[in-house]
This record gives sequence, C-alpha cells and structure tokens, in this order.
Amino acid sequence: MPGKVLIVIPCYNEEASLPKLLPELLSAALPNGYQLEALIVNDCSKDNTSAVAKKHKATVIDLPVNLGIGGAVQTGILYARENDFDMAIQLDGDGQHPPKELPKLINHHLESGANIVIGSRFLEKEGFQSSFVRRLGINYFHWVNRLMTGTRVYDSTSGFRLFDRKAIALASGYYPDEYPEPESLVIFSKAGLKIAEVPVIMAERQGGQSSIRSFGSLYYCFKVSLAMFFSFIRKP
Amino acid sequence: MLRIQIITIAVNILFIWYIARLIVKGKLREEYAIVWIMCTVFLVVFSFWTDGLELLRKLTGVVVAANLVFTGFIFAILVYLLHLSVVASKLYNDNKKLAQEIALLKEEFKKHLEEKK
Repeated sequence: MPGKVLIVIPCYNEEASLPKLLPELLSAALPNGYQLEALIVNDCSKDNTSAVAKKHKATVIDLPVNLGIGGAVQTGILYARENDFDMAIQLDGDGQHPPKELPKLINHHLESGANIVIGSRFLEKEGFQSSFVRRLGINYFHWVNRLMTGTRVYDSTSGFRLFDRKAIALASGYYPDEYPEPESLVIFSKAGLKIAEVPVIMAERQGGQSSIRSFGSLYYCFKVSLAMFFSFIRKP
Repeated sequence: MLRIQIITIAVNILFIWYIARLIVKGKLREEYAIVWIMCTVFLVVFSFWTDGLELLRKLTGVVVAANLVFTGFIFAILVYLLHLSVVASKLYNDNKKLAQEIALLKEEFKKHLEEKK
C-alpha cells in the first residue's frame, strides 16, 4: 500500500498566492506512489483564504482563534497523527517553497532515514537567497544551534521541512508558538531525532507579508535565542 | 564592595534562577520572561555602577535619587500592568470564541446523530 504524505500549509491572508500554489501542489508527482493531501490551516485570515482553498480542493481547517505560525503548524501535525500519515511536510502558503521541490525532501528522507528533512536555500546557492540582514540572522541561529546541539543546519529558519512519524509524534506534544523554526531544531536534536538538510530552490514570496519585519527583528533574535537556550537546558 | 551591593546581586541571582525554573517547567512563556530578565539586568547594572544613579538624577533634574527610582519603577509597573490587562482581555475574547464554537459544534453533532437514527 502506498504511503500517505500530508502537506501542511499554515496560512494567514494568503488568498493571493493560493490559486497558483494549490494546483501546482496537487498535480505534483511524488516518488514511490505516495498519496498527497494538501491541508490548509487557516489561522483566522481576514481575507478569503478559506474559501479560495476549498475551491481548489484542499482540506481546510479554520482555526477559531489566531494561534500564530507555530500553533497552526502543530494543528496540521496533529491532523497528520490522527489520520495516520507517514510524513507531514510544512510548506509556506506564500509561494516561497515550490511544490516541485517536494520529491527532494521525500527522497532524502527515504534514503537517509532522517526524521526531519529541511529544505535549504543555502547548500547550493541557487534561487532566492533573502536579504543580507536576514542571512546574517539565519547564520546567527545556525551558530547558536550548532553550539547547543552540535548539529549543522544552515537554513535554520526555513519553514520547508519534512516530519516523519517520530517527529510528528514529538511535535504533537510540544511545538513552539512564535517563530518556531530555530527553537524546534534544538528540541528535535535533544530528543535524539536525526536532522538533515537538502538543497532546494526557493522563490521570493508571491504575496502577503513576512511575519518578521524591521523593529520586530531584534525582538525576534532575542526571544528566539532565549527560547533556544531554555529548550537547551530543559530535560527531554 | 558595599554590603547592599552584595545583597542586591544575590537577590537578583535568585530571581533569575527562579524565572529560569518557571520557563523550564513550562509555567512561564519566554515573551513574558523577557521583561523580568530585563528588570534584573537593569538592577544588576546599577548595583555594580553606583555612580550611575547619581548621573541619571543629574540628567533628569530630580532632587532626590530615590524619587527617580520610585517614579521610574512605578511608571514601568503601570505600563506592564496595562499590557497584562490587554493580554487578559484577548484571552477572554479567545476563550469566549472557543466556548461558542464548541457549543455550536455540539449542537450540530447532535443533529447529525439524530439524523442517522
């Protein structure tokens, strides 16, 4: 029997990018005959995200209150656990993560057995590389993570990641709410999960706004560093 | 080093340790801890740098340094209290929405069950 893959797409006001993303996603060919289901987790969008997603034949979960990116992703992870999916892949709703890169993540997981596979835009410097300041921040988190866990994840803030069954079980129990990407790496490493990175080509966002902007970015760095530190000293 | 400095620093270390414990146990979220950690850092700086308070007093034109400390802290506490009230209001609204959603779902579910019979 072919396995099932859930694509978790956390969305906040993404009606502009979904009409392009969803058809591309649903027609993507996965290796080994894996079955794909697209799940839109609508985090209280103020636009028509939910209706647009339903029109394009995606499963839609409308959160009754705004939970933030981490809570939305965890909702998708819980859905994957309840419905017995083999893998869940988080993919951003803004079109930064092209669906045609999905097989790379799945193949890498199948070959290496890694529990978490992260799509990285920096391993082979191709495609959209983000601004200088952002790369500085991403590099900083790479080092914090490396010092704490000894693992090397270059695109530590990438939201393009595959969770296998073990990772799904772990993230169902605890997943950070705000800016979860760098912190969750520490949690996964401490739990003994294997984390791998594969090079992917990312695009620039097609619509919507980043959740991290100007004034917020210092706060972001500080808060995430603190959260990583406390995840680090917390007993697993 | 003055005795009062040693006491302040010791109290601060205890405070930081307690905050860390709360976070590790999952009882305090990091975003709220940031304020408390900053307060502690502020106190530590001024317990080492004793001339700092005098300097701030001269800069602001306050006559007695203690008044500056009280005014500053009371203001900071008021702002933080206001912030906490905002957080509590948001939690109340979210809670209400969730309760309503569950009640409506329950009703819908009951209807479905009866239709099945």
